Amino acid sequence: MQRIIGKMREKAKELLEAGTVDAVLGWKKGDFAYDPTPAFFYSTDELDMLAYDGFCGSNLSKYLVEYGKEKGKVLVFLKPCDTYSLNQLVSEHRVDRENVYVVGVGCDGMLDVQKLRDKGIAGIEEIEEAGEDLRIHTLYGLKTCPRDEALLKKCQSCKGKEHKLFDDRIGAEESRDIANEDRFAEVAELEKMSPEERFAFWRAALSSCIRCNACREACPVCSCHTCIFDNARSGVDAKANASEFEENLFHIIRAFHVAGRCSDCGECSRVCPQAIPLHLLNRKMIKDIQSFYGAFQAGDSADQCSPLLSYSPDDIEPDAFDRWKGVM
Amino acid sequence: MPMSTESQVQANAPAKAPTNAPANAPANTLINTPGNEEKDGKAFRPLIVSFCCNWCSYAGADLAGSSRLTYPADVKIIRVPCSCRINPLFILRAFQRGADGVIVNGCHPGDCHYSTGNFYTRRRMALLFSMLDFLGIEKERTRVEWVSAAEGARFASVMREFVEQIRRLGENKKLGDIRCKE
Repeated sequence: MQRIIGKMREKAKELLEAGTVDAVLGWKKGDFAYDPTPAFFYSTDELDMLAYDGFCGSNLSKYLVEYGKEKGKVLVFLKPCDTYSLNQLVSEHRVDRENVYVVGVGCDGMLDVQKLRDKGIAGIEEIEEAGEDLRIHTLYGLKTCPRDEALLKKCQSCKGKEHKLFDDRIGAEESRDIANEDRFAEVAELEKMSPEERFAFWRAALSSCIRCNACREACPVCSCHTCIFDNARSGVDAKANASEFEENLFHIIRAFHVAGRCSDCGECSRVCPQAIPLHLLNRKMIKDIQSFYGAFQAGDSADQCSPLLSYSPDDIEPDAFDRWKGVM
Repeated sequence: MPMSTESQVQANAPAKAPTNAPANAPANTLINTPGNEEKDGKAFRPLIVSFCCNWCSYAGADLAGSSRLTYPADVKIIRVPCSCRINPLFILRAFQRGADGVIVNGCHPGDCHYSTGNFYTRRRMALLFSMLDFLGIEKERTRVEWVSAAEGARFASVMREFVEQIRRLGENKKLGDIRCKE
């Protein structure tokens, strides 16, 4: 989506100059072609550094929670999937909708530089996004790669091209269609295993956790003022490899705390330096919620009720959960 | 989180073999067979944490005691104001500190003292137990039972049954914390 950056800068400049917004939240060019980082822009001079390309996978909604504590209105660029997170934050009163000017931007599916590296593409200097293909200028000449082969894990099961809330949109109609994988396929695969195999799978995955808390920091709904895992008296705060139990506990409880609120934005897995498939825990919760209590997508609208904040007199009994497996 | 056994029901007397228990009861029998373990002194005795809501299940446990009904002393009761007071952390913490099984007892759905508390419990526990199962923890280690204040006999039989189930499953090795082991 490099093609809409001009319009994005224009829009940001216009609103900053008019005083409609006090700051712009977007992505800033990094040192390399593949590492734009989230950034606030406070003046029109800085906007040259605004970037929007295939490596802007980060979900900016979370930054609005902190910004909301300052005064002023902020313009934020959100991809379609990011608007689910903002909707959820608005419904939880963590972000004041009045203080946010949402510009929905189109998305072609975000890229994972690791996947390019795995293909042996090194020394990347510049990446041109040309429709279905990427033209990669490297120190060793021009390389090409089909875009679909370098997509981020979270983009392989896209939630769609529709912005759930916006004040304005740029390039939304031009979003590229992405072949949509069944997002519950991996979960179903694990469910078919025996408990021992599942335990071995998760032990192998979670034992590499270094408790950097990146999953928590990046998660849009992990926005408690004080996280229970920051309680020094809990005995489980920020201790890497302290015991198997703590690794399990942290991830079980985190999955549970975001149950019914997780919009499946996939940030947890994207930011994990140890490549733990954390999204599987959240997807399991989402799958269960959908099969037990009916269709539900967190962030679909700002005024829906979470399934864990409601009940029905004829809900299933907790012991019966496995009889519902596979029923979707 | 209080994990003391002080809140244990007074009537929770040391297990005695029911006088009518068959001497050679099969291993999968649902009645308490403590006689077998006392012979060699090595048999596995599980630690069961039983959360009981103040209004129904705790009263049910009390009734079991005052009716002189026996159930294994392996059950440690923790009284909570309502079953929906039970944070999933409590259950995990119980496993961390060495519990082999955790059972959550509440009023029958529709009978909650606070009208709707146990409906929330039901949803939460369904999701938590499913998640534990997904992580490979045996689903037999966790259970929710609805026990009213009048169901003393049922409380005792549920506890006997659950203890027997955990005894057959064996020690909780997957969710224990080695630092909490003696």
